[in-house]
Amino acid sequence: MSAGATPAAPALSAWSALAWAFRRDLTLAARGKADLALVLIFFVLVSSLFPLGVGPDPGMLRAIAPGVLWVCALLAALMSFGRLFAADFADGTLEQMLVSGAPLAALSAGKMAAHAITIGVPLALLTPLIGVQFGLSGPAMIVALVSVLLGTPILSALGAIGAALTLGLRGGGALLALLVLPLTVPVLIFGAGAIEAAESGMRFDAQLSILGAGLIVSAMACPFAAAAALRIALD
Amino acid sequence: MASPMLQVDNLSCMRGPRELFRGLSFVADAGAWIRITGPNGSGKTTLLRALAGLTTPDSGVIEWRGDAPLPASRAYLGHAMGWKDTLTVSENLSLGWSLDGESAAGDTTAAVDALRQAGLERQRHLVVARLSQGQKKRLHLARLIHSTRRLWLLDEPTAALDDQGVEMFTGLLAGHLERGGIAVIATHLPFAVAANSHDVALAG
Repeated sequence: MSAGATPAAPALSAWSALAWAFRRDLTLAARGKADLALVLIFFVLVSSLFPLGVGPDPGMLRAIAPGVLWVCALLAALMSFGRLFAADFADGTLEQMLVSGAPLAALSAGKMAAHAITIGVPLALLTPLIGVQFGLSGPAMIVALVSVLLGTPILSALGAIGAALTLGLRGGGALLALLVLPLTVPVLIFGAGAIEAAESGMRFDAQLSILGAGLIVSAMACPFAAAAALRIALD
Repeated sequence: MASPMLQVDNLSCMRGPRELFRGLSFVADAGAWIRITGPNGSGKTTLLRALAGLTTPDSGVIEWRGDAPLPASRAYLGHAMGWKDTLTVSENLSLGWSLDGESAAGDTTAAVDALRQAGLERQRHLVVARLSQGQKKRLHLARLIHSTRRLWLLDEPTAALDDQGVEMFTGLLAGHLERGGIAVIATHLPFAVAANSHDVALAG
């Protein structure tokens, strides 16, 4: 080693890698708002089709509201999974992430968190608006908002695994849906269950607790699975 | 020095059923660079990707004895570098540096200096989508300017560059080697940096 050489910078730690990916994806989302707009418009549009198709019977609408709301949120979130890694794969960002020596699981976790914030939070904020169309009661609308807020990060985490597994495949979008949708069934059941319980005046804290527990488990486990899938996709 | 900084032993890579190279061995010491030559499809990029840790070689050992562990010592310059079209040139550069943990990240003077050397000073606030191929290549190289990574893995670094760009690159490489770095470069072009270079030819 010759004199005057700057010491090599160490690779990013897990937390700084997570923060790097999180900040970067939020910046990118802020620059490309069209993607988010599409997802939100899809959510509003599809859920608005149900009152038109089923008819204006208030009892019927209130009964189907929790399920419809959650299925529509699920499909809207599904639309955005494909883009989670596809652009980074195509433009070489994923290669640079791997070469950098920063922990890939932490980088994936940062991307998942950014996805949950940019997609999940706007979807949750829209749910009361959808609830009005179905004549949901006030408490049920608040529970709907909270359940979507707790549930969509789980969807982001599961979707990230699916997106990483189907990276670079032709027809990956359809395969992604087939892979991820069955895994999201518990989120759907407990999310819709919480709204239903609130609507009929029962306790809903158990369902929300289970969603919260699912959120913690998926936040701990999914980044590692996504990182392993990314390594395979890049090989 | 008793043992070389980079030692590649008996490396073999397959691409599907086809064998790209087998039993490849070479060494490089601090301040040396290796030119990888060979016809298209002979495995130059695969060799670089194997060194970069992107591809697992089918057999063989890559040994590294640098001041930092191998994962924190590599800089890989491929055909795409992860530049985001919607971000500006300086934002992209800063993101690239901070991913590598470089202290130059977030340092405006370092970014201005690197972009001036790369001839991209006037494009600093342009989004990357507006750059030409050659300018993007210059941005690739700008990322190396304040890099403290010891092992540069460069895939056709001078493709799409004009004469002045090639000159800038050779200066950059010479400085890197002088500071005790190592470079493994896949290229067909002879560079003016002849000092301490060693050719590895892939048969294809």
